[in-house]
Amino acid sequence: MSTRLSTGGRLLNKAKQVSFQFNGKTMRGFEGDTLASALLANDQMLMGRSFKYHRPRGVVASGAEEPNGLVNLGKGGEFEPNARVTTTELFDGLTAESQNHWPSLEFDVGVVNNYASRFMPAGFYYKTFMAPAPAWKHVFEPFIRRAAGLGKAPKDRDADRYEHFYAFVDVLIVGGGIAGLQAAKAAGEAGAKVLLIEQTAHWGGRAPVDGVEIDGQPADAWINDAIQTLEKMDNVSLRIRTMGAGVYDHGYALAYERLTDHAPAQDAPRHRLWRIRAGQIITATGAIERPLAFAGNDIPGVMLASAVRDYATNWAVSPGDRTVVVTNNDDAYRTAINLKQAGLEIPAIIDARPQGGGALADEARALGIRVENGKAIAKVKGSKRVTGVEICAHAGEGNALEPIDCEAVAMSGGWSPVVHLWSHCGGKLVWDDAQAHFRPNPNAAPKDAQGEPFVITAGIANGAMDSTSALADADQAGKTAAKRTGHKPAKAAAPKANAQDEAPMLPVWKMPQGAGYKLRSKMWLDYQNDVKVSDVQLAAQEGYESVEHTKRYTTIGMATDQGKLSNINGLAILADSLNAPIPSVGTTTFRPPYTPISMGSIGGEARGDIFQPLNRTPLHAWGEENGAYWEPVGHWRRAYCYQRSGETVKQAVHREVKATRESLGLLDASTLGKIIVKGPDAGKFLDMMYTNMMSNLKPGKCRYGLMCTENGFLTDDGVVARIDDDTWLCHTTTGGASRIHGHMEEWLQTEWWDWKVYTVNATEQYGQIAVVGPNARKVLEKLGGMDLSKEALGFMEWKEGKIGDFDARVFRISFSGELSYEIAVPASQTRAFWDALHEAGAEFNATAYGTEALHILRAEKGFIMIGDETDGTIIPQDLGLNWALSKKKEDYLGKRAQERVHMTDPDRWQLVGLETVDGSTLPDGAYAVADGTNANGQRNTEGRVTSTYHSPTLGKGIAMGLIHNGPDRMGEVVDFPNLDGSIVQAKIVSAVFYDPEGEKQNV
Amino acid sequence: MSNAVSALQGATSEGFATITEAGLRGMITLRGDLSSAKLKKAVKSTAGVDVPAQRACNSAGDKAVAWMSPDELLVMVPYADVVDATTRIAKALEGEHALAVNVSDARAVFTIEGAGAREVLAKLSPVDLSREAFTTGMFRRTRLAQAAVAFWMRDETTFELVCFRSEAQYVFDVLSMSARTGSEVGFL
Repeated sequence: MSTRLSTGGRLLNKAKQVSFQFNGKTMRGFEGDTLASALLANDQMLMGRSFKYHRPRGVVASGAEEPNGLVNLGKGGEFEPNARVTTTELFDGLTAESQNHWPSLEFDVGVVNNYASRFMPAGFYYKTFMAPAPAWKHVFEPFIRRAAGLGKAPKDRDADRYEHFYAFVDVLIVGGGIAGLQAAKAAGEAGAKVLLIEQTAHWGGRAPVDGVEIDGQPADAWINDAIQTLEKMDNVSLRIRTMGAGVYDHGYALAYERLTDHAPAQDAPRHRLWRIRAGQIITATGAIERPLAFAGNDIPGVMLASAVRDYATNWAVSPGDRTVVVTNNDDAYRTAINLKQAGLEIPAIIDARPQGGGALADEARALGIRVENGKAIAKVKGSKRVTGVEICAHAGEGNALEPIDCEAVAMSGGWSPVVHLWSHCGGKLVWDDAQAHFRPNPNAAPKDAQGEPFVITAGIANGAMDSTSALADADQAGKTAAKRTGHKPAKAAAPKANAQDEAPMLPVWKMPQGAGYKLRSKMWLDYQNDVKVSDVQLAAQEGYESVEHTKRYTTIGMATDQGKLSNINGLAILADSLNAPIPSVGTTTFRPPYTPISMGSIGGEARGDIFQPLNRTPLHAWGEENGAYWEPVGHWRRAYCYQRSGETVKQAVHREVKATRESLGLLDASTLGKIIVKGPDAGKFLDMMYTNMMSNLKPGKCRYGLMCTENGFLTDDGVVARIDDDTWLCHTTTGGASRIHGHMEEWLQTEWWDWKVYTVNATEQYGQIAVVGPNARKVLEKLGGMDLSKEALGFMEWKEGKIGDFDARVFRISFSGELSYEIAVPASQTRAFWDALHEAGAEFNATAYGTEALHILRAEKGFIMIGDETDGTIIPQDLGLNWALSKKKEDYLGKRAQERVHMTDPDRWQLVGLETVDGSTLPDGAYAVADGTNANGQRNTEGRVTSTYHSPTLGKGIAMGLIHNGPDRMGEVVDFPNLDGSIVQAKIVSAVFYDPEGEKQNV
Repeated sequence: MSNAVSALQGATSEGFATITEAGLRGMITLRGDLSSAKLKKAVKSTAGVDVPAQRACNSAGDKAVAWMSPDELLVMVPYADVVDATTRIAKALEGEHALAVNVSDARAVFTIEGAGAREVLAKLSPVDLSREAFTTGMFRRTRLAQAAVAFWMRDETTFELVCFRSEAQYVFDVLSMSARTGSEVGFL
């Protein structure tokens, strides 16, 4: 059994015991434990089940590369699936549940997949789901849905908060091992602004565990000194629990800081996503140990050799009394020595190298450990945990020579530099034959905009495998980074470590090298996704030669660990199967983030009330106080209607329409765009922007105008007022304010840059209130101030002055067909003005109306609405707006396009009014059907509804629509099918349903 | 004028920096040739300071002028004076191609005060706000989370920020969230 040792545990605070729950069972650990070390200390070796075959899984690593130890962490709003036990710091009250099993971790029904594994080979999904088609829906999809996913999806709203932080530094150093620390010292001493980040909660990386001595002192002491030195430098910042997640163009990098994962009670953001601009980035990301591929290498108790000694040294955890070490290199001997010195037994070190190891092997032998050279593990015995191994000759086919009983297997297949960050932005790799790994190609670093390298790799991440060369390499990297960012590095030499000579490693991609199919089909490469040596070989056999294709076919490296352990081993097997050298097969693409980061951190502060900016008019609060039923219009909220108590939305809308037609309606029109255009060429410019003439508009007058894109399509409309000789005010639609301002500026800045025109978007300077209805003038006269009689201010005129106490610009324009004044007052006065209108208008039943009433009022008058009658494919000619297309002008935006054949086609559908025969309201967007079917066998159509309402004024359904030859077919009846197949019949009529003579607005 | 109110009417929140909506301020968007002698003179006589350099804000007392773009300035004066000041500038620039518009009511103004003010902004704006990079008198048009804003430093511990009036509540809310005690970064 795995248990807690009485001595050791350099990261533990044994004075502080903490209690936690795993699958409902209360367990104890110490402050400083990870969830992995605490589970092991509680003899909880079995931690989960694999994805495909539901095989028992125990922890295999001790860090970010862990593929197996994944749990559902926390409860309710703090719940998180797929949390890695090796990177989860233990805290009091932590709750975790293992994943991907039913009904329990110990007894899992899904493990039947394991026994059916020969029917689920590589490419199973692709092969199986090809045919027959109905099987997808009824068989395969339900099966996959049940099998899919390791953790559960959270059910509750995330209770935590998150944030971003923008940082700018000369040098970002990723990785706080001895290489990162030395690089930071070198760059920091040169005066560069340095940010050093480390993903774990501790500085120094593996050096203390590996017994490294630097400049004569133990690694721990050197690390403490280095941290103290760095903390004293004002130009250096240090961050633990901060992972370098991604490297992007132009020195941009993302770092993921976990602030309260280890202390959830703290009132702070849970994660902070650092968005960093760095002059130079140093990746001192270390290396990851590779597993060895032998049969049964996935049984709980088989772990990486480095992880075994991490658990023993850092957290005082014994993986079991007897640990067999299996290796192809010298480093794993450190594990054997380490455990032996902790008082545990090493029944044997199985070294695949015929000549065995160097000085470390001698040291092991001196401790009395049995060392077997040229040997391999034929298979591991046990199911939910290791009970022993059978050893064989590595050169052979796996015939067992001898069984050895043990509780754990510590394996090492060599070390692969962590090249992820180097590779994210285009850094290339070279294959190192001696170490059998890919490492960064120093001559092919990621390049910045000037074509200069902006990423430097340092230490073991650069393939500098012993501590002395790692420190020297990192020192140089720090100095280079400082120099490249304009600083002068000191001449000081790099520190030296107690380098031990190591014998060469032997590449071992499967063990034993001549293993037959039966053994190969039990050699795991990807533990989480259940990809075995035999699967990769099958993929190669079936023609998947590209490593990217093999990855997708077998799903190797596609699990949450993204193949940190399986990548190199998998492609070596592929290369071997293809009889190609490993470098020519290459690696799959390394993509950010390095390990998964929370969705919350990506969203940052943008959630809840501040998910998006909400644009509020000066009358927004009044709306909230008065039953506004909001609708989003761009980022604005506009009142669709104002509901009174007991009223439905429909009733409110109808009340508002009636009150406006009969007496007095008030509309918050503040969101309409207001763009000021001024300059000697402003008239010429507006003649180009609008389809009609604006240059000949007289000061004091208003004119309705249409805007088209250069492709001829209607894009916006609104009333233009001429302010003075060279100033115009252009009203746009609500959604058009910023867009049209941008459109104007684009033409001015890119095409007509020599025209003297300035524009300012003054939309929000004014609140705008439409005072509408037969009593509109009366209420304004009651407030007093400027003369607003018909004589003083005619239809389509504007005037500036005072209404009551308010500074007002009054436009006599009407979008309702009623007597109407649109009054702009400064935004700061709008609420008071609105209140004053309500007070004075009380005797006229002054009624605030919303956007739906506005729509009905305009539809009754046959006025078009951008976005209803237009959809980006409509030209003014379709809508009978030829009167607004200037014949006098030589050009306007869209003119040429409107002369093209398709635009002048008489078969284009034309705008008409539609009146249902039975008085009902047509469904929105309904199509009018014609006889026959088209080439695709679909029913022919001859038109569609663009706007449809029940008109409370007329007491019946009215609509506008585009109909083939519509204007020539007045009085004809066309058919509109409902969704249920029934038909609504509508008569083609004029689109102007109300007051066609326009008498009411011109009084 | 007696009815005039600012967007949030002086709302304030306390965290590791203090966020305050600063009430109404006179603001004039001035577009024109920034090298023109007439314009320079008009700016000086209105705001008492010179036309600022790129990405800078010149201020004196309750007036200031900020650089918005190669042909645009933001002239700031007391709210009560803004209508007259706009007219005066327009008059002074008669005969020259220029546009002065009173935008006071289109905006909201905030102050972010306290030792942590830099970090409050650095969580929300992609701007180098370190002491060595961002100093008094500098001005940035940028975004604050998802809102368009501009800000500048009045003194070592005070930033002023302008945004659209309609987004005042959002800006106040994100600033307050950013300044929440316990979320100090300790980097700037």
